[in-house]
Amino acid sequence: METLLDVNNLVTSFRTADGKLPAVRGVSFSVNKGETLCIVGESGCGKSITTLSVMGLLPDNGEITEGSIYFQGEELTKKSDDQMRKHRGNDISMIFQEPMTALNPVFTVGYQIKEPLNLHTKLGKKEKKIRAIELLSQVGLSNPEKVLKKYPHELSGGMRQRVMIAIALACNPSLLIADEPTTALDVTIQAQILDLMDDLKDDLGMGVMMVTHDMGVVAEVADRVMVMYAGHVVETGKVEEIFKRPQHPYTKGLLASVPNVDDEGHRLEAIPGSLPNLNEKITGCRFHPRCPFAMDKCKVDAPPHFRISDKHQSKCWLHEEVDSHEYQHKAYS
Amino acid sequence: MADSNTLTSEQVYANKKESKKEKMIVKTAKRLLKNKLAVFGLIIIIIQVILAVFAPLFATYDPIKQDLTNAELGIGSDGHWLGTDNYGRDVWSRIVFGARISLLVGIGSVGLGLLGGIALGLVSGYFKKLDGIIMRFVDLLFAFPGILLAMLIIAMLGTSLVNVVIAISIWSIPTCARIVRGSVLSIKKQEYILAMKSLGASNFRILVKHVLPNCTAPIIVFATMRMATAILSTAALSFLGLGAQPPTAEWGAMIAAGQDFMFTSPHLTIVPGIAIMLVVFAFNVVGDGLRDALDPNMDLDQ
Repeated sequence: METLLDVNNLVTSFRTADGKLPAVRGVSFSVNKGETLCIVGESGCGKSITTLSVMGLLPDNGEITEGSIYFQGEELTKKSDDQMRKHRGNDISMIFQEPMTALNPVFTVGYQIKEPLNLHTKLGKKEKKIRAIELLSQVGLSNPEKVLKKYPHELSGGMRQRVMIAIALACNPSLLIADEPTTALDVTIQAQILDLMDDLKDDLGMGVMMVTHDMGVVAEVADRVMVMYAGHVVETGKVEEIFKRPQHPYTKGLLASVPNVDDEGHRLEAIPGSLPNLNEKITGCRFHPRCPFAMDKCKVDAPPHFRISDKHQSKCWLHEEVDSHEYQHKAYS
Repeated sequence: MADSNTLTSEQVYANKKESKKEKMIVKTAKRLLKNKLAVFGLIIIIIQVILAVFAPLFATYDPIKQDLTNAELGIGSDGHWLGTDNYGRDVWSRIVFGARISLLVGIGSVGLGLLGGIALGLVSGYFKKLDGIIMRFVDLLFAFPGILLAMLIIAMLGTSLVNVVIAISIWSIPTCARIVRGSVLSIKKQEYILAMKSLGASNFRILVKHVLPNCTAPIIVFATMRMATAILSTAALSFLGLGAQPPTAEWGAMIAAGQDFMFTSPHLTIVPGIAIMLVVFAFNVVGDGLRDALDPNMDLDQ
């Protein structure tokens, strides 16, 4: 499969009063065409900053200090703002978390859908209107001509998120970044929006990078999952492997903290402790203060990524032992 | 037949679009009209605008033509219902032409002031790096008392009505810049601005097409209130002899000229005084009413 986005050893830092603090610490991943990659993790673990780094939309005090981002073979981190602007909304699009605030309240939906077309295409007025109607029906809004003339406050949350998706798809992007697209919606609408995104992904052959902290959403849409903790990728793998055989203690903790409706006696297991601050200095593995399996080694050295299977990697010393045990086992037999 | 069908549907579409746009204006107007004081102010402003536009029709005499045989006639004299001044010029005609000048000066200076203020406010609110420099410059302008700053500028440029416009507009810039900057600061944090960036819009486009329309309400209110101040300041500067020069019919200059005849013919100062007072009052009241009408949190409907 064709690689769309390839991020290597990305480090994103923020200038603060305490000096430069890295929020994303050496993240590597890739997204293929027609594939959905879910980034999972607690709030504040660097998920959103990773996506904003890809978009080149970091806040004023943030910058990419190391690493490279290749999009369709082009290096994005070295591009000027003007060059990046040609990519944004054209072949990389983004959907935001809050459909309530992500639409401009003083303009009609039609005006806002035509905006990316104004920016990236040279379509005539009539063509733009046709395209806008086409987009709105594509995202499953009935009566698109009427919706065009409405203001955002006249639409429901689900409809607004559909409009946001329509705006993001206006120029047929090859990569769609969705930052918690369903968090602000209620559950029935969530399912509809996720189905819609899945369908559109298949229809248009986009790569989708979805940020979420909802394991239910992950199970629903992801092809591959990337679990982040405190700026590091701790585990990546195919969705089945992550759910059936989670390797990293943090992933296990995350999965154990998903409520189970069927089991009445089920008690939620929270991961003890809280996410470390950006400026907290932790030696070794950044998860060790909260890890139930922490060993002495974890406190001293940061673990590398251990390969568990072809596409499954885990950043935990536990797997070194597993690896060597298996190795020994094989050697004896 | 198919042709006629499409035509009608297009017409319907156009009508609907128009009504949509009008809806907001109509809503604001309705809210404004519920405020009785604002309606009163609006009537005065409309009268002034009509007088100013059709001044030659309303003025029964040439405002600067002297008629020394009929000098210092009182109010209610035959042919001069507001009397004449010390040179026998008709006071009513001078008031009517004065309305023209104060309106022009008001619109000119507020327009120029808004132009500068909005530009500075947008830039300083949006670009963090320029904010410090521009706001210190604005602070510097604020440090001068308004009328003193205007006098300083006129002293440099020379006395004329055009220079009064320039002076008052410069004096309007800092307040306007601060109001706009405040709005921009809160608007630029909104997610739809980030969403626009994620679509690849340039900073200039975002500022002009997406941030500015969101801060029109405070700007409209500011402009209306500022009209009152501008008209008052023009009168004040002309009264001091820094604005309109004789024989131009300007309300402030009329008061200044009438000063010497305060005891023999008080109408020469009272009539233009009332004119200034009414107009300034009207703009202030309408500005107040607009602020309430444009504020979505003030629910006057319910």
